[in-house]
This record gives sequence, C-alpha cells and structure tokens, in this order.
Amino acid sequence: MTSDIKIVDDAKKQLSMHPKKFGLWLFIVTVVMIFASLTSAYIVRQAEGNWFVFELPWQMWATSGIIVLSSVSMHWAYISAKRDNLESIKIAISITTILAVLFLVGQVYIWGLLVDENVFLVGNPSGSFLYILSGLHGLHIVSGVIFLLIVLNSTFKYKTHSKNLVQIEMCTTYWHFLGGLWIYLFIFLLLNH
Amino acid sequence: MATADIHITEETHHDGHEHDHDHGSNFWTTYIFSTDHKMIAKQFLITGIFWALLGGTLSVIFRLQLGFPEAELGWLRPFLGDWITSQGKIDPEFYLALVTMHGTIMVFFVLTAGLSGTFSNFLIPLQIGARDMASGFMNMLSYWFFFVSSIIMLTSLFIETGPASGGWVIYPPLSALPQAISGSGLGMTMWLVSMALFIISTLLGGINYITTIINLRTKGMSFSKLPLTIWGFFFTAIVGLLSFPVLFSAVLLLIFDRSFGTSFYLSDIYINGEALPNQGGSPILFQHLFWFLGHPEVYIVILPAFGITSEIISTNSRKPIFGYKAMVGSLLFISLLSFVVWAHHMFVTGMNPFLGSVFMILTLIIAVPSAVKVFNYLTTLWKGNIRFTPAMLFSMGLVSFFISGGITGIFLGSAAIDIQLHDTYFVVAHFHLVMGSASFFGMVAGVYHWYPKMFGRMMDAKLGYIHFWLSFIGIYLVFFPMHYIGIAGYPRRYYSFTNFDALNSFTDLNMLVSIAAILTLSAQFIFIFNFFHSMWRGRRAPANPWESNTLEWTTPINPGHGNWPGEIPTVYRWPYDYSKPGAEKDFIPQHIPFSETLESNFEQENELIKLEGTDSKAIVIDGK
Repeated sequence: MTSDIKIVDDAKKQLSMHPKKFGLWLFIVTVVMIFASLTSAYIVRQAEGNWFVFELPWQMWATSGIIVLSSVSMHWAYISAKRDNLESIKIAISITTILAVLFLVGQVYIWGLLVDENVFLVGNPSGSFLYILSGLHGLHIVSGVIFLLIVLNSTFKYKTHSKNLVQIEMCTTYWHFLGGLWIYLFIFLLLNH
Repeated sequence: MATADIHITEETHHDGHEHDHDHGSNFWTTYIFSTDHKMIAKQFLITGIFWALLGGTLSVIFRLQLGFPEAELGWLRPFLGDWITSQGKIDPEFYLALVTMHGTIMVFFVLTAGLSGTFSNFLIPLQIGARDMASGFMNMLSYWFFFVSSIIMLTSLFIETGPASGGWVIYPPLSALPQAISGSGLGMTMWLVSMALFIISTLLGGINYITTIINLRTKGMSFSKLPLTIWGFFFTAIVGLLSFPVLFSAVLLLIFDRSFGTSFYLSDIYINGEALPNQGGSPILFQHLFWFLGHPEVYIVILPAFGITSEIISTNSRKPIFGYKAMVGSLLFISLLSFVVWAHHMFVTGMNPFLGSVFMILTLIIAVPSAVKVFNYLTTLWKGNIRFTPAMLFSMGLVSFFISGGITGIFLGSAAIDIQLHDTYFVVAHFHLVMGSASFFGMVAGVYHWYPKMFGRMMDAKLGYIHFWLSFIGIYLVFFPMHYIGIAGYPRRYYSFTNFDALNSFTDLNMLVSIAAILTLSAQFIFIFNFFHSMWRGRRAPANPWESNTLEWTTPINPGHGNWPGEIPTVYRWPYDYSKPGAEKDFIPQHIPFSETLESNFEQENELIKLEGTDSKAIVIDGK
C-alpha cells in the first residue's frame, strides 16, 4: 500500500514542473532564437564584405558591468527571500531596479556616442545591426524592469517570502537570462565588430 | 519543509476547485473572452473556416484568369471594383495580390492557426486528462492576438493600393520598395504588422501547448501512453517555438528597411536610372532567414494532420496503430530535419554547389521518416476491420495526397533537377498536394471525427461522403495536370501565358484545372452547410460514437468547464488497444485497468495489476 504511493510521488516529481516557470523557460527559448538568428544574420552579412568597421565605445564595458552587478543584487534578493530576510529583499530588489534603469540610460547614452562617431542606424549594416541588437535587447530589459516593479510591489506588501517564491524565482531567472544575453551580445560584438 | 509542501497542495487544490464551477458566466465570458480551451478551440475553428473560404475564393478568382484568359469578368466588378479593368480583365497587379494573399491566408491563417489552434486547444487537455490549459489567460490572449492580426490582414484587402503583392515569401527588394509594386506600400506594412501579431499569437499558444503536455498529464499518462495526436501537436509546438522567432527577426529587419531607411536587404538598386541610397544589404540574407522559418512551417502545417489521422485511422481500422514508437520517432526525426534543409528553396540563388549537395542529401533523408509514416498507415489499414466514416475517408485521402505529393519532393529536392523545375507549376503541384491538400484533409478529418465532442451532435455522414469524393477527385484534377504544365516550363505567378509563343499551349489543361478548382471550392459549401446545420439539427451524439479509446470520450457528451465533473480518470494502458485478442469488445479505453480485463491481458500486463491497487492514488508506472 505505502509502496504504491511512493511510486506515484516519485513518478510525479520526475515529470512535472511549475507550469509558469516552465512557460518562462519556453519564452526564453524564443528570445534565444531571435538573437541567435540576428547574430547569425550578422555573421552571414559580414562575410559578404563591404563592412564598415568602427570602435565600440569603452562605455559599453561600464554598462556591461552594471548589468552584471544587477544580476548579483538580484541573486541577493532571491537568497534573502529564501531566508525570509524581508528587509533585505526590499533593498536588493530596489537596487536591481535602479541598476536596470541605469543600464538602459547607459545604452541610450552609448547610442549618442555612436552617432558622434558617425555610426548611424541608417547606413552600413554594421552600424544598423548594432542598433537593432542593443535596441531589441533594451526592449527586453524594459519588460524585465516591469517584472521587477511587480516583484518590488509584492515585496513591499510582504508577499515575497520563503513560502511564496515562485514570482521572485521567475524574475531572477529572467533577469539572469537578460544579463547573460547582453554579455553574449557584448562579447559577440567585441569579436565581430 | 512539510509546511511548504502543504502550502503547495493547497494552492493546486484551489486551482482545481476554481475550474470545477462555472462562476458567474455571461455571454461575454462564455463565448467571447472565454478562457476555456474548448471555446477557444471553436473560436479558432470558426475563424479558420472563414479564412479558408476566403483563401479558396481568391484562388478561384485567379484560376479564372489562368483558365479563361479571354473571358469577360465585368460581373466581378461589384465585388472587386476597379481591380477589374475597363476591358473586364483582372488587373495584373491585383492578380499578384491574389496569389500572395491566397498563400499567406492558407499557410498561416488556415493551416497554422486554424489547424493547430483548433485541435491543439481542443484535444490536448481532453486527451491527456487535464482540466484546462496551463494558462487559460494566455490561451485567450493567443486567440485575440490572432483575431487582431486577422482583422489587419483582412483590412489590407480593401485599401486603395491593394494588399501585399510580393508573394507569400515577401522577398525583398520587391516587398521593400513601394516603387516596385503598389502592394508593397501600405498593404505590405499591414502584412508585416499582421504577421508580427500572428507570431506572438503562435508563440503564446505554443508555450501553452508544450507546458500543458509536459506538466498537466493525468495519473498514469506517461509519454509512452500519449495518443499520437498529442505527439503531433507537441512536436508542432516545439518546431513553431524555434522557428517563428526567426521569422520575427526577418520581418523586423524588413520593417526597418522599409520604414527607417536601413539597408539590411537592399543594395545597388536603380529606379528609373536613379540610384537608391541603400548600400551594403543582401537580399539573399532575407531568404536564409525566411526559409529557416519557412521550411519548418510546412511541418508545422502537416504534423498536427499526421497526429489526427494516426488516431482516426487506428480507431476506424479497429487495429492498434502499426509501430507506435516508429510513428513517434518519425515525427521527431522529421522535426529535427526540418531545421537543416531550408536552403533547398534557394538552389538557384547562386549558392556554392557543394553546400547545395549537402542540403540536397539532408532533404532527401526526409523521405525516410516520411516513408515510415506511410508504411505504418498502410500496415494499420491492412486487414483492418475498416469503418468508412467520413473522417476515415479524409484520413485515407491524406495518405494518398502525401504519397503522390511526397514523391515529387524527391525530384525537387535534387539540386540538378530543381534548376529546371524551380518556380514552375511543378512546385505548385508538389506543395499543394503534400502540404496544402494533405493537411487540409487532416483538418477536415479532425472536424468530422471530433465534431460530436465539440457540439454534442453528429455531422451528417452522407453529406460527408459527397464532400469527400468531390474534394478528393477535384483536388487531383486540379493538381495532377499542373505537374505536366510545370515540366513544360510554365513559371508560377505569371498573369498570362497567351502573350508568349513558347508558352501558348496547354490552354485546355489550364481550363480543366480551373473548372476543377471551382468544383472543389463548391464542394466545400456542402461541408459548411453540414457543419452549421448539424450544430442545431444534427443527430444527438452518443458518449463514444466511434468506440474510441482516448480519454476525451470519457467526459460527458457536452463537457463543461473543467471537462470531467468528478475526478479525472487515471490512465492504465496505451490508447490503441483495438481488437485485442480475447477481449469482450473490440476496444478497451485507456482508463480501464488491467485488473478488469484479465481475459485479454498479456503476461507482462498481468504483472502491472499488482501496481494498480484499489487506492485511487496508485498508478501504473511505465514498467521497464
């Protein structure tokens, strides 16, 4: 009798995952495909020649640093939530949100620097690609900031704690993904610009 | 730790509780903004039928031009207005718009949204034993994105400059420059916006289908006990999830080229002797991006139809499906291969011949899993106790189209022969048979088969037979002659052939094709009548009209919100126990435990009885 029930539990645990978390991972797959196709289009196009080469502004290192830091603070928020450290979740999520906005501001500032360098959206595809890649990534960051604000709201209502982790877990996953995605794009651009 | 577990169970219980009751439903929440998967499926189906009729009508209009180039078409003026010239002919640019919109509508709006949207939504929860989709809200959103996208595409048909006219593949520079063709103006913009929304709809749907299949299966419904329909939908959703984002990228870059002046796809273009400012783009890049979606797309169209027909053929042959694992394996193999063959659409773009032969070999390998599927269909039918229901006839029609259309794929997949056949009517004949007609038949078969579950009534079988024979014969009459026209070198998308001496023959054959096309379209009205008439006047359906094994037939005849009034049945066996030796009846549904069928169990199944127990919590684990 008891052994039957055990088998059931084992089987169920193996197979199912929280549907929303699973859905988030599938969404991440679609975003990966978008950027994989754009970066491979970049390579294909670059191989054809007639490619305008320019230096990436050094400030890109700074924005990349910011996004790495925001990932760290996001993880701090997640660990605090796990340990029911309600005050530090608030601080950590707030820091993450501020860093995220800072990153966006930095990216827009870099667009300005590129324009000063005579790299425009309209013109040689090498510049167009840079704007498209960073712009599309920026749009995803905006969606991430909205998600962060939702989590921030629920932390201030004390709804995020070790027994209600799904939301902050999903936000952490998404935020780490967006950070990793930018690092990938940055390294890709460093190697292929 | 223990508290956390209890918390989670409470939450799931709460969810289940919510779905059990119809809470405060009114017209809007029941029929319009419904989150119930069955209603959403019906919404997709009805919208799909509307689009299919429209797409079919467009094709008949351009077939009139091709079959009867001398005919006076002034009588169409009330519908088409100035698209009929003062000589009573179809405007040549409008002809291109017709071809483009026919392709777009049929591929995306009918055979992707209409097919996957209807049957994935309807059957996934019912066949895996779930109360609803993982996220009913996302599901509703998926339909409404599709709806808005449909409205935009439909509106583009009525604007002054005409809808998109660059072909459904929208190759730039034709689609990028309004100077090239009037349809590339506002019509193309609307096409792109509509498709972007469509992609969002498909992705929302796909995420839901995959999540539901993996996470919400009932007790005992292991992957090896899933009906093949679910396997078909599962692979379709995965393929869509991986390929539609790539179309999104392609469309995004095209939008930037068109509206913001970038040069991703444009370079060295002169119009009336004047050079455009765009420099450094590559139109071939678009083709790579497009066909990376475009090829998987044809499998997105056919895989659900495969799933549906596998189920119908097995049920109505009263035999287990031949080679269940081979069927799943071939679906998987086709899905994998679909991503590495896209360049066979581009053999004549000047690609490296070595690369061409790599893609050629990969393309020809698809014949292997396809042949496995055909072999298994035929061996399931072989010596079966066949019941010729309309659904069964349409499923067998699919097998027929898949064979005759698939064989020509081998010719087209060979780079050397493709140089001769590329962009001729041979290609048109090939893909209309293997992908268009085959998956259309799969869709219609599904409607006939699951209509009793959808509306609680039966469709009229006699009208179904008439519909089948007219469609089946009509489709072969349309597409078989096209092979000859194609081999003779007739290119697709040409407005008129009578102006060229070299292409001045085959007018009789073209006329036959056009007459057959009109016949085939007319036959669909029998279906439309049957569909809507049976909704109110049809014979009331019994609980399990086809004596089928899958779980959807264990629900009430008109399943409510939450599908099963009580507990969801537990699954003990695979879905294909038809005509099992020794069994009382010729079918044993999936929820019957082995302990109740001692007379027909195999030895290894008797072993599984021990695991069943009387406790409702116990299940049979897929034994190794």
